[in-house]
Amino acid sequence: MSPAAELAPPVSPELVLEAGRAEAHYWRDVWHYRELLGFLAWRDIKVRYKQTVLGVAWALLQPAITLVVFTFVFGRLAKMPSGNVPYPLLVMAGLLPWQLFANALSSASSSLVSNTHLISKVYFPRLVVPLSALAVALVDFLMVAVLYAVLCVWWNFPPDWHVIALPCYTLLALLAALGAGLWLTALTVRFRDFRFIVPFLLQLGVFLSPVGFSTNNVPSWRVLFAFNPMVAVIDGFRWCLLGAEVPLYLPGLFIGIGVTALLLASGIWYFRRMERGFADLI
Amino acid sequence: MAEPVITVENLGKRYRLAHQARHDTLRDTLTHGLIRRWRRRAASTSEDFWALRDVSFAVNRGEVVGIIGRNGAGKSTLLKILSRITEPTTGRITLRGRVASLLEVGTGFHPELSGRENIFLNGAILGMTRAEIRRKFDEIVAFAEVDRFLDTPVKHYSSGMYVRLAFSVAAHLEPEILIVDEVLAVGDAAFQKKCLGRMDAISRSGRTVLFVSHNLEALRSICQTGLLLEAGRVAAAGSIQDVVARYHRPQSELAADFPAGAKPSITRVEVDRARLEAGDLVVRVSYEATQPLRPAAGFILSTAEGRPLFGSNMRTHPPVQPPAESRRGTCTWEVPHLALHSGNYSLSAWLGDKSGDFDHKPEAVAFAFVSPRHYPGRPPIHTIGPVDLPCRWTSEPL
Repeated sequence: MSPAAELAPPVSPELVLEAGRAEAHYWRDVWHYRELLGFLAWRDIKVRYKQTVLGVAWALLQPAITLVVFTFVFGRLAKMPSGNVPYPLLVMAGLLPWQLFANALSSASSSLVSNTHLISKVYFPRLVVPLSALAVALVDFLMVAVLYAVLCVWWNFPPDWHVIALPCYTLLALLAALGAGLWLTALTVRFRDFRFIVPFLLQLGVFLSPVGFSTNNVPSWRVLFAFNPMVAVIDGFRWCLLGAEVPLYLPGLFIGIGVTALLLASGIWYFRRMERGFADLI
Repeated sequence: MAEPVITVENLGKRYRLAHQARHDTLRDTLTHGLIRRWRRRAASTSEDFWALRDVSFAVNRGEVVGIIGRNGAGKSTLLKILSRITEPTTGRITLRGRVASLLEVGTGFHPELSGRENIFLNGAILGMTRAEIRRKFDEIVAFAEVDRFLDTPVKHYSSGMYVRLAFSVAAHLEPEILIVDEVLAVGDAAFQKKCLGRMDAISRSGRTVLFVSHNLEALRSICQTGLLLEAGRVAAAGSIQDVVARYHRPQSELAADFPAGAKPSITRVEVDRARLEAGDLVVRVSYEATQPLRPAAGFILSTAEGRPLFGSNMRTHPPVQPPAESRRGTCTWEVPHLALHSGNYSLSAWLGDKSGDFDHKPEAVAFAFVSPRHYPGRPPIHTIGPVDLPCRWTSEPL
């Protein structure tokens, strides 16, 4: 127990609560709660595979099966060209960021509603919740990356120096997922419809992004295609991992970055606008 | 010492009570939006409800304040606003110091995680840093008396162990302002005593504490000052003794006057004292309107705790021939031989007409009823209920 001498410091921070007042220290608060972010991510990772027989293997099983199916459908049946690259590696280099994006987006979208009990009982910057969902997706991503490394060795197709840019593209995928995730999670609080919309969007997205095929196959409307931010990310991943076989398409990259920035800025704006009402709506 | 750490000015919180499903669906929003645009007016299906209205008070550093009030008086809303979970609709609050709030025991506990893991998780949720939790870890475990089960998932804990662990994490928070909602009622009697001791120690260490509890005895022993909320407004503030006494005194308000408004209004509700003492309930409601109307009045009789017992209105129960049109008048409700035990009761009044609702005064008057029927040694009301219907016993020996 603390002694009576341990009184509060003479100058305490003053905090004013008022209707419609944007909290002045919001970002400082987010920083202050970074440990909570870590704890929430750690909780989700720790709890996820409890009472499952295969446990962590699930994180690898899904991409592995998708890999086999896509290679069969796009490589064998549709006979899409892949240059000198083994088709499974081409698919895997696309699947790696796509899985990151899809996992991050779907868990970020449902993050607020699945933490209702916290939101209605404790204060913390709500942004912590979707951010921690990203952290969980990142851990899965690292496991799938190991799977990729194994495939690399198997086909003897090591990446060249381009691979150093990989963290930047990973960040781009996360930011795109965050931008869309902020919109969707804030909307889900109000309209539970989005719970059904998100899986559907992701289902379509895997075909609207060049996961199973190379972007070189859609030359005529490549610029239009680039407005899907995941196109830039997947192309970037292939550039990093498959090296000289895949040229970098700069206009597409810039469009991708622009769309992601727009999505993120508007996502943060909408989330913060809705945030104060979450506890009343959820 | 007299520096306020919490200043609340004209605080108000409005909730929209939607007359539809709780979660709007996209379809609702789209169709309502279209229909509204079509009709060119806001066909509002929602009703405003002020959970708090014009609440002002200040709390000085080191003060321990007990907040009391009936269910629905706005206590929880006030705590939610103070702990920044929800935003006020009007007014402002100034807080000088780090706030931690404890609105529930074990917020964020995960059943699959072990006791040890939950201590860290819950601590972080309540705003403690990892270093702080580590420093107090042994103290928390000792206080909760769960050391043997630290590495067991809490889903295997008994409910007593669970709340002990949850409370003890919270009890080791050290903010400058602590906000606590009805969490003292956990665990067995021995643990409750320990909790009270802990709360007492926290308050004596110079921290500012706001407490909500229905355990008035506990509040009286811990707090110096009190705040009584009634229907979202501050009904009394001052020393805890005075406020508790005020809370216990609904007896003498046999009549209440209300200002007339733009709509037809209830202006006075009055219980006939002489008839009440004779064992009959006779209530008179006075109304005023700008246009003549054929009034229909109604009452709901409730216990002092706010539990409805019996209600009646002139429109339906029993239906009454609509009276002559007038702009002012009174309606009288008679309940002969009031079938209740002695105790404290309240009356809510309603005013309408054949089809409209005009005015509603919840708990307009409160009265103490002394039943003319004496039953020496009867069980207390909270056991047998307040209703005393006429009845008869027979028994036949075989």
